[in-house]
Amino acid sequence: MDSIYWPSFFFLLFSGIACVFALGVLLSKNIVRMAFYLVISLASTAGLFFLAGADFVGAMQLMIYVGGTLVLLIFGVMLTSQERFVEMRTSSGEWVVAFFIGMMLLFTLGKAAFGVDAWAGLDRETAEAVEVEKTVTPLAMGLLGARVDQLDEADEVKRDGMAGYLFHFEIVSVHLLVVLIGAAYLARAKRKTGGTAANDE
Amino acid sequence: MAAYLSEYIWPWLAYLVAGMVHVGLIINLVAVSALVFIWLERKISGRIQDRLGPTRVGGKFGWLQTLADGIKLIQKEDLCPDGADKFLFRIAPYVSFCASIAAFIAIPFAGGAYPWIAQHLNAGVFFVLAVMGLEVFGVILAGYSSASKWSLFGAMREAAQVVSYEVPMGMCVVVPVMIAGSLDMVVIGDRQAGWFTNWLVFHDPFTLITAAVYFTCGMASVNRAPFDLAEAESELVAGFHTEYSGLRWSFFFMAEYGSMFAVSILAAVLFFGGWHGPVPVTQILGLAGAEAGSIAWGLAQAIGLANVLLKGVIGVCLMIWVRWTLPRLRIDQVMATCLKYCTPIAAAMFLGATFWQYKLPGRTFFGVQPVASSVFEISEGWQGTVEEESGEQERVAERITTAEGRR
Repeated sequence: MDSIYWPSFFFLLFSGIACVFALGVLLSKNIVRMAFYLVISLASTAGLFFLAGADFVGAMQLMIYVGGTLVLLIFGVMLTSQERFVEMRTSSGEWVVAFFIGMMLLFTLGKAAFGVDAWAGLDRETAEAVEVEKTVTPLAMGLLGARVDQLDEADEVKRDGMAGYLFHFEIVSVHLLVVLIGAAYLARAKRKTGGTAANDE
Repeated sequence: MAAYLSEYIWPWLAYLVAGMVHVGLIINLVAVSALVFIWLERKISGRIQDRLGPTRVGGKFGWLQTLADGIKLIQKEDLCPDGADKFLFRIAPYVSFCASIAAFIAIPFAGGAYPWIAQHLNAGVFFVLAVMGLEVFGVILAGYSSASKWSLFGAMREAAQVVSYEVPMGMCVVVPVMIAGSLDMVVIGDRQAGWFTNWLVFHDPFTLITAAVYFTCGMASVNRAPFDLAEAESELVAGFHTEYSGLRWSFFFMAEYGSMFAVSILAAVLFFGGWHGPVPVTQILGLAGAEAGSIAWGLAQAIGLANVLLKGVIGVCLMIWVRWTLPRLRIDQVMATCLKYCTPIAAAMFLGATFWQYKLPGRTFFGVQPVASSVFEISEGWQGTVEEESGEQERVAERITTAEGRR
């Protein structure tokens, strides 16, 4: 038994960084700095996922959320060329609304978190003995249509019902594709003069 | 390693030391390779332009030139423009550099049952791609916070370029992932054991083109000429690093050379056999199946390490060659290359490779060679975590080919 338990240490470190920079997002007035703090906060959340052995989810967090914030940052830079937006001011009305929404969310999350029966975590010996399972294969199998975690489900009908997420996944991706094409269509510059037939709408 | 060390020192210290060793090795690799590559770039560009390149500093070939440069850069004043966002300006080079180094965490340098890799991730390829995409953050922050038009233009170009080139690059990476049936880089590398005919680049015509598209996109995503619009000297002074000087400036360059190396090694692992040389030297010498921890195993792994590094260096040399051969593209040409050529080609190659894999499973070298006829066997070690997914393919991949098979 050693004196420092590293997983706990890193959990505290990452969650601390995430919380501090989340506050930074809230308190900062410069939009680019906000985006930067958001990136650090989200990246340390990815660190928490890696700590939990969820490589795939962690990499996903980095790619989607942090990469998405990148686009946000670009828009921030593009929009802040006007002086008006460089320093953001929030009116008191916005504060009140934001406070209420935030508190409602906090209440819901807190209720859900403390509603878990076995809230107390594993003690240290048990935690050290747990073999962290790799996450990608079950995830991929789930998308392909086989839930490896449900293979020993006794009820035949139930097992078929939980066959996987392929259909949902496809629906969502087609939906996103439609949204993308629509966005591209709407954003396209409409040239009325000087264009060839191909350019004209 | 931590478990081994903890027999001798306190366990908490053992974990720390084990982590430090990995990180230290990676940082050293990136920093030293940057030193070598900068020197190499000068020499190669010199030769291409019919010059000698550096010749004076440190003996015959001027091989201490970069070190002299480093000393000069350390001595320079650390400037920060007046209108700059000081905090972001200072931190931007480190963001780039950290992203560049973090990619090496999940890159394997030798395979087998106990691969030489800092952190064996189940989704290694995905992690490396995700982290390499973050390097652009430093560039955008630098461009924004410098309070200079040139920097901002450079950063916006870089952002547009990198975000678009991630799409075809991701598609290209999916092809070897699909053929190997795993996101684990160690599994992908060991799938290509044996002669060079087993390399995924020669798997079918589609992978050959995919490798070429991947390399193009890789070059664009690490911001190398002819895609180096973010720093286009002829138009933007020096682009995003116009306002930087001294050590902070050199951090950007270490990050760039580090990512070049990372992209090349990723290409080597995905398409060019990774730690398996063109000729299976380790199998011929009988080192391949050696017990982990023995001297033979260490030797085999060291040969693998040399293979990976050599392939990485060859990739970087190729990038240097391209840089000093082709002129810089315009920004609209860069975007056209990505959206009109790379993305459709990558998508078509992905479909083609899928059909090939569906029609002709278990064959390599453009389908002429069945994988199963083999004398040499790979060490039993590598775990097929995806056996249930592609059992047949995995099993045939366990055997490697011989000279008879090639005929």
